[in-house]
Formats: sequence, structure tokens, C-alpha cells
Amino acid sequence: MVELIIFFEQIYRILFLLIPVLVSVAMIVWLDRRVWAFVQKRRGPNVVGPFGLFQTLADALKYIFKEIIIPASSNKVIFILAPIVTMTLALIAWAVIPFSETFVLADINVGILYLFAVSSLGVYGIIMGGWASNSKYPFLGAIRSAAQMVSYEVSIGVIIINVLLCVGSLNLSDIVLAQKDLWFVIPLFPMFIIFFISALAETNRPPFDLPEAEAELVAGYQTEYSGMMYAMFWLGEYANILLMCAMGSILFLGGWLSPIDLFPFNVIPAPIWLILKILFLFILFALIKAIVPRYRYDQLMKLGWKIFLPFSLIYVVLTASFLMYFDLLPGN
Amino acid sequence: MIAHAIVFYIFSLIAIVSAIMVTVSKNTVNSVFFLILDFISISCLFIMIGAEFLGMIMLIVYVGAVAVLFLFVVMMLNVAQQKNEWFNSSGRSSHIPVGLLVSIIIFFELIIVIGGWKYKPDLLDSIAIEINTDLTNTQSLGSVIYTDYIHLFQLSGMVLLVAMIGAIVLTFRQRSGVKRQSYFKQISRDRKDGIELVDVENNKGVKIDA
Repeated sequence: MVELIIFFEQIYRILFLLIPVLVSVAMIVWLDRRVWAFVQKRRGPNVVGPFGLFQTLADALKYIFKEIIIPASSNKVIFILAPIVTMTLALIAWAVIPFSETFVLADINVGILYLFAVSSLGVYGIIMGGWASNSKYPFLGAIRSAAQMVSYEVSIGVIIINVLLCVGSLNLSDIVLAQKDLWFVIPLFPMFIIFFISALAETNRPPFDLPEAEAELVAGYQTEYSGMMYAMFWLGEYANILLMCAMGSILFLGGWLSPIDLFPFNVIPAPIWLILKILFLFILFALIKAIVPRYRYDQLMKLGWKIFLPFSLIYVVLTASFLMYFDLLPGN
Repeated sequence: MIAHAIVFYIFSLIAIVSAIMVTVSKNTVNSVFFLILDFISISCLFIMIGAEFLGMIMLIVYVGAVAVLFLFVVMMLNVAQQKNEWFNSSGRSSHIPVGLLVSIIIFFELIIVIGGWKYKPDLLDSIAIEINTDLTNTQSLGSVIYTDYIHLFQLSGMVLLVAMIGAIVLTFRQRSGVKRQSYFKQISRDRKDGIELVDVENNKGVKIDA
């Protein structure tokens, strides 16, 4: 009986996390389009609901009622599985994100590794979709995307090592608490910049949206998808972007901590701070989409392997020697 | 505890079935997907016995990187078609006897190695040794790898380095006639290199390609 209660309590907690995440994904799509329009001096979606807030819901409704077309020559099982994989992976990662000292679904020892693993699995949704479509453009898009995501994962991994050197733990709550006095964005500022750019590449956002470069590949791996399956890809993509923003704010911007531990700031509840930081990073993502032209593919690879990777490796050595020399290494 | 056992058997069943499906399935891409499923369920098993670091590293390295490249190659090569040609061709295939020979040799090698395997005499007693639960998995692994086993660790790093260099040497090909972008050249360009002011005589023109 007790176990049953615990079980239902867990399900309740999962829903309490998942539903806000899904709603905020819908809102963030709207925000993305509004920021994009703002930069280009357009209005953006402003018709459905107040300020056009319900635009995404209207879009979702449209997608639900559209016909799902499965290409005759596709591998049907994998074709249907691909958007499901994308969506699921984008959502399960939220299990370890700490919203406050107590409000975290699973406070596991290797939280940051879990996040890294889940984000590196994200490439499968794209490869599966691209291959199963059995069509040229999706396949080319999938290959590009796989190469791009694997390359930039490497530099994200090295950046995470930088942060871990300063923390001495893989637990996400420990990472946040280690930033009580100084957010890591200050000592590790170059790493924050590289993390931000790598996160853009990892989530296939402009200027690194080569997998779906419409001038070359129609819509990349999504070309053959329609209706609800396309919507799932789309939602999964935005959930991934939000996740990357959350990861950035936990690793560098002090997670749920308030900027200064003084009166008007420390009354605001912790989750609000995390949400504000995620929003800040997301608005940067949206601005970049509006103002930067797309990279060429060889430039993208060069940036990842020849500039970011060596630079972040050198920074690991620097951080480690600094901590060692001033005897600041955690855990002694 | 019962739930733990049930979950364990579910994961092991998935691992075994997908391992069999890797070899059985006709479509090569499908068998790579089963391989990925196998990796994932094995990393779940690792996590269940409390080796969460190993499980996560398994996911990151094997599923996140190795299997992606594997899938990549298999998709590009279209191996499934080739295999069908091998087996369906009218002449007797010359691949099967060689493959059989190799697998028999490997099988006997495995038997020789495992047959000579000796366990530490006090292995059974060491099971009862208490595990230090204050340290997390990652910390205890780190404290051993970088001190007691540093030479083995470095050696495996060297092996990987050699493999990496080998892969680059085998695949690197300098093609001629490819235009490459050089940032330094672009940045260090001067006004003198790019622009030339010429007085053009009427009806004569200028020779442009110097």
C-alpha cells in the first residue's frame, strides 16, 4: 500500500514537472517568433489571444487535424519511431534539472553526465527520421546533422570538465551550490561563450541550422514528415533548446541562486530565478537566429574541431593549474 | 525488492533478445539499431547495480558517439544489398568457409583463455568486505585510476592515440584543385593586394587576369 502511494506520488510529481515544461515550450515558440519579428521590425504572431500568446496552441491544433502521410517506400517502424524518440529524449532530461534546493525530481549523483548522455542521444531522432524517409534530402540532412552534433558534443564535454574541476561533483545541485559566492560565468567566461555557441550547434539552431538549410535541403530530415509527427519533431527541438538553456544557466549562471543575497532579491522564490535565467539565454538564442547568417558547412566543422576543441582543452589545463597552484581544488 | 528483480529481468531480457536480433535481422541498419538498444539496456543494468558512472559513460561513449558513427557507415555503404548479392549469387560463395575458419579459431582461442582462468583464492571472502558508501562511484574510480593504475590508463590512452592517427593516415587524402579558405590570408589582405587603380584608355580596355 505504501509503495503504491509512493508510486502515485511520483507520477503526480512527474506530471507537475512535465505539463509546465510542455506549456512553456509552446510559449517559447511564440517568444522566439516575437523576438525574431521584433528584430526585423515586423509584428510577429499577434492575432490569436492576447499578444498572440495562443498562436502555438492554434498551430498545434492545426497539426493535429492534418493527415499523417507515411511515404510508401519508407521504413515504417523507424519512420514513426523517430519523432517519438526526439520528443521523449527532450522530455526525460528534465528529470534531473534542479529548480530549487528541494524541488528536483531525481537528484542523482551523475546528473550532469545524465544530461550530457541524453543530449547526445538526441541525434538518433534525426538520423532515424532521415534514413527511414528513404529520400535524398532527409538523408543528406541527417548525415550533416549527425556529424555536426557529434563534433560539438566533444567541445561541450570538455567545457563541462572545466566546470566540474571547480565543483568536484557531478551532482547538479552541488554544481549550483558551488556557485554561491561566484557564478562560474565570471572565472570561466570564455567557456560560457563557447558553450553557448556549441549549444546553438547542438540544437541545430541558426546560424548552424545546416541540417535543415531550406535553400539546399528543403527541410532536411523533416521533409517527409507531416501533421502530428512533424509537430513532435518541432516540439522536441524546442524542448531541447530550453534544456540547453537550463544547462547553461545551471553550469554558468548559478541555477536557482539569486544574483545577490540581499533583501529584495532573496525573497523571490528560487524556481523563478532559474526560469528568468533560462528566458535570458533563450532570448539570446532567438536574437542570434535573427541577426546572424548561416555558416558554411566546412566553416562549421573547422570552428568545432580546430578552434573550439583546442581552446577548451587549453582552458582545462589552465583551470586545473590555477586551482592546483592556489590550492583551491574542491574536495580536499 | 521484487520490483527491483522484475526491472532487472526486463532489462536483461531486452539485452539478450536485442543481442540475438543484431545477428539475426536481415536489414543491417536494423541490426545496428538493435545494437544500440542492447547498449542502452546494458547501461541500465550497470545503473541498477549502482555503477551509475559506468552506465552513463557507456551511454555517452558507445551510444552517443560510437554507434552514431557505426550507423553512419552502415547507412552509407548499403551493406544489406551487398550481402544479398553474396548469398544469392549463382556461384558458390567463397566467403563462408573463410568466415567459418576464422570463427572456429576465435572460438578455440576463447576456450583456451577461459579454461586457464584462475580466480583469486580469497575472492569469495572479499565479497563480504564492506563497501565504503560515503564516496560516490565517480570519486572512488577517480582516486584509483589516477594513482594505482596510472600506467594502464596512460597505456590505453596511447592505444587510442595510435588508432586515431592510423584512422587519419588511412583516410586523409590531399586533393588537388580544391579551393580552401584561409582565415589568415583573408585577414592579412591589404588594400594594395585587392585594388588597383588604372587609367583606362578609350576603346583599349584593361587586361584583368594578371
